[in-house]
Amino acid sequence: MASWPILSVTTFLPLLGALFIMAMRGEDASIAGNARWVALWTTLITLAISLILVWRFDAGSPEFQFVERKPWLAGTISYHMGVDGISLPFVILTTALMPLCIIASWRPIQMRVKEYMIAFLVLETLMVGTFTALDLTLFYLFFEGGLIPMFLIIGVWGGPRRVYASFKFFLYTFLGSVLMLLAIMALYWDAGTTDIPTLMHHAFPRSLQSWAWFAFFASFAVKLPMWPVHTWLPDAHVEAPTAGSVILAAILLKMGGYGFLRFSLPMFPFASQEFAPLIFTLSVVAIIYTALVALVQEDMKKLIAYSSVAHMGFVTMGIFAGTIQGVGGGIFQMVSHGIVSAALFLCVGVVYDRMHSREIADYGGLVDRMPLYAAVFMVFTLANIGLPGTSGFIGEFLTLIGTFRVNIPVATFATIGVILSAAYALWLYRRVIFGRLEKPSLAGILDLEAREIVVFVPLVAFTILFGVYPKTVLDLSQASVAALVENYHQALGAAKTAALAE
Amino acid sequence: MNDAFELYAALPELLLAGGAMAMLMLGAYKGDRATAPVVSYAMVLLVLAGIVIAAMPGERMVAFGGSLVVDGFGKFLKILVLIGSAGTLLMSGDFLEGPDRHKFEYPVLILLSTAGMLMLISAADLIALYLGLELMSLALYVVAAFDRDNVRSTEAGLKYFVLGALSSGMLLYGASLIYGFTGTVKFAGIAMEAANGGIGLTIGLVLLFAGLCFKVSAVPFHMWTPDVYEGAPTPITAFFASAPKVAAIAVFMRVSLGAFAAITTQWQQIIVFVAIASMALGSFAAIGQRNIKRLMAYSSIGHMGFALIGLAAGTAEGIQGVLVYMAIYVAMTLGTFACIIAMRRSHKAFEEITDLSGLARTNPVQAFFLAMLLFSLAGVPPMAGFFAKFYVFLAAIKAGMFTLAVLGVLASVVGCYYYLLIVKVMYFDDPAPAFDPMGHALRTMLAVTGLFVILFFIYPGPLVEAAGIAAKSLF
Repeated sequence: MASWPILSVTTFLPLLGALFIMAMRGEDASIAGNARWVALWTTLITLAISLILVWRFDAGSPEFQFVERKPWLAGTISYHMGVDGISLPFVILTTALMPLCIIASWRPIQMRVKEYMIAFLVLETLMVGTFTALDLTLFYLFFEGGLIPMFLIIGVWGGPRRVYASFKFFLYTFLGSVLMLLAIMALYWDAGTTDIPTLMHHAFPRSLQSWAWFAFFASFAVKLPMWPVHTWLPDAHVEAPTAGSVILAAILLKMGGYGFLRFSLPMFPFASQEFAPLIFTLSVVAIIYTALVALVQEDMKKLIAYSSVAHMGFVTMGIFAGTIQGVGGGIFQMVSHGIVSAALFLCVGVVYDRMHSREIADYGGLVDRMPLYAAVFMVFTLANIGLPGTSGFIGEFLTLIGTFRVNIPVATFATIGVILSAAYALWLYRRVIFGRLEKPSLAGILDLEAREIVVFVPLVAFTILFGVYPKTVLDLSQASVAALVENYHQALGAAKTAALAE
Repeated sequence: MNDAFELYAALPELLLAGGAMAMLMLGAYKGDRATAPVVSYAMVLLVLAGIVIAAMPGERMVAFGGSLVVDGFGKFLKILVLIGSAGTLLMSGDFLEGPDRHKFEYPVLILLSTAGMLMLISAADLIALYLGLELMSLALYVVAAFDRDNVRSTEAGLKYFVLGALSSGMLLYGASLIYGFTGTVKFAGIAMEAANGGIGLTIGLVLLFAGLCFKVSAVPFHMWTPDVYEGAPTPITAFFASAPKVAAIAVFMRVSLGAFAAITTQWQQIIVFVAIASMALGSFAAIGQRNIKRLMAYSSIGHMGFALIGLAAGTAEGIQGVLVYMAIYVAMTLGTFACIIAMRRSHKAFEEITDLSGLARTNPVQAFFLAMLLFSLAGVPPMAGFFAKFYVFLAAIKAGMFTLAVLGVLASVVGCYYYLLIVKVMYFDDPAPAFDPMGHALRTMLAVTGLFVILFFIYPGPLVEAAGIAAKSLF
């Protein structure tokens, strides 16, 4: 279909930009300036190319599109790329957020700018690659490779406890992933390939399914993260620089959800069904428990980090409900959370850049000095709660409907989480924005500047657009989701008939 | 005609041994003025030997009544050994410039040791094995103590010698038991008798393996490694960590699969234990180290554990995995040591990990390559080290050794921690005074190995396929 390898270009273009920045020589100040511009243009061009993907994408077909295939490792492990309706939204989410991250780091990052931009561009390649890889080994390469730049981003440009946070982030995720690697190898010997489309139609034996499911679960649950392996997330979020938190929350977490959708459900249907109660339990605990934990946080970033864990609970719940609404809602919720949590971290970043504090207690009455900021923050707070009319509502609503059809108690408990999310989000808003502006340090604080407005405008627009017209995202993933759910039930149904026939 | 053919099979060894003698004469007449030319001649000889090996025909050649065998497996590993030796010589320039260290014996000893390694790799009977092993080791004992006015270096040499002699004794005792119970020293002969060798043969096997474990510094025969690595001059440490390890692993594989294939279940349990113990010790013990050479010692113990996983699988895939592992390991080791050798301020060597503090700002290029090498050593994709681990684990999973594989990956996570610590020191901490600029040789070595580990993932096919072909020749 495509005459040029458009997916490879989208994936590796940022790397090219990184090499270009690496090759820069000259004075520090001019390098810093040039590095910023090169990074911005690279990410913008990557975004433009990825939009060609959307334009040419045939949403009616559940098949993988823009497929590229080249021999790579010896044997049957090949360089295989392609997107379908499940991965495409994440590709766009990644490419669209990257320019915003670069703009958001324009002023706050003044130290080692060149390295910072290189790290972000390399990270972009690895993230896009994770979503476009159609070979498990290749997927693993991208998936794990992302740890290196993120480790450096947290460790070099992070806050006071950055070393602890970066090590925790790296080792936690690495531990989960190596188990997945062993499972990938077991799949390889069973099916003779690590080609994802082939594996999706390969019937794995029951016992292997259970073990492999657990191994994949170990990796994705940590990445997503699910309760109780979420503890790396608040640390990493708090210590990472603003753009790092944005990428973590908006995209790296989504790799876990994407993994569940791409591998666990289609490749191990029995195990997925068998362990769905486990997932439901963990999801509900995540939704309620982390919402309660978020209530008592004193650090703004930490509060948002815990709210991320709660929102990811909806995603896992929806995915493993195995219904069209649940799975579609899970994808939508991830996209929506990608926008909203990114925006919330950027909101924290705005005041942090001015006051160098993330303590909620240090703020109050900001609406007096920063009316525009208050309005923007309001939109995202409401979206975080899931108010109808914002994108957050659609995701939570769909996952809840999807789950309701399968398991009513789970859906009921999860709904309580929605109320709790209103409690912590509104309370945060009240403490930071409303009240009297009493603190002398805040007296001179300035409202959003042009650069920040540029960052927030698209985010606000898409939060509301997806809230009132969610079809744009849902249509994109519709066919693939339908095929996924149908295959899932067919696999389960076939086994059930076989069991009855015996 | 037949005799000439036999000599051809041993040509690389003869070339190195003969060349070493000639250079010894040269040195005896010219004294230490000969050092610089002898180093270059030695390099030429190593390259020549490599060309001869590469040009040898693909089929199996047997020489000297079956004592030496040249096959694809041996050729692959011999080239690795030569790369390791040549890399060491390349990086020794600065070290040899010291006033008391300007000795022409240094390259000669390295050549002799390399000749021993080549012979070890070719060995197809116990006597050739022992000869090769001792030729390799005796030269190594001497170079360990080469900085003879330095207490730590002499201590390292002595310690290595005493413990090495002990292990040679065990190996010999094992070999004599094996001979006694099978009536032959030829691997092919032992292979036929192995199944009915009984308990005596098993004891011989254990003793033989103990001696080999000492040479690859696998737990529980690893004790010498940290001390010798720390005490020996740094280029020599690089040598210890690369070439002899390759040769020892090679003979390990050839003995296990060539002579004892019939009692695979017997030796498999030994290898499994040794692999697990080495990985665990290598990972945990390295965490507390402050001296980077000691850290690399524990790192190499751990890496030998990972490589032995492939041998434990005992299949062609496993051997292929080990071969890929060793090739990548040699590259990573040489690159890392190029950085360690370059840790000098006003001609004085520094060895503490904290000396690397803030290297990312004082020398960003060196820090970048070292960081990538460390990530590779840790086995993080997309670096080459990931593929090394990938292939050995792939073989272990196929062989159904799940416990071994799971313990292995867990050990690799623990091991990851101390590699990250070094990256942390380089990137997160405040800069220490800058090091002296790197020499050309070190810079070349670092760039080549660094680019190799970073870019390996783009085109991994050739190495993996070559290893696959080499592995098949053993079966």
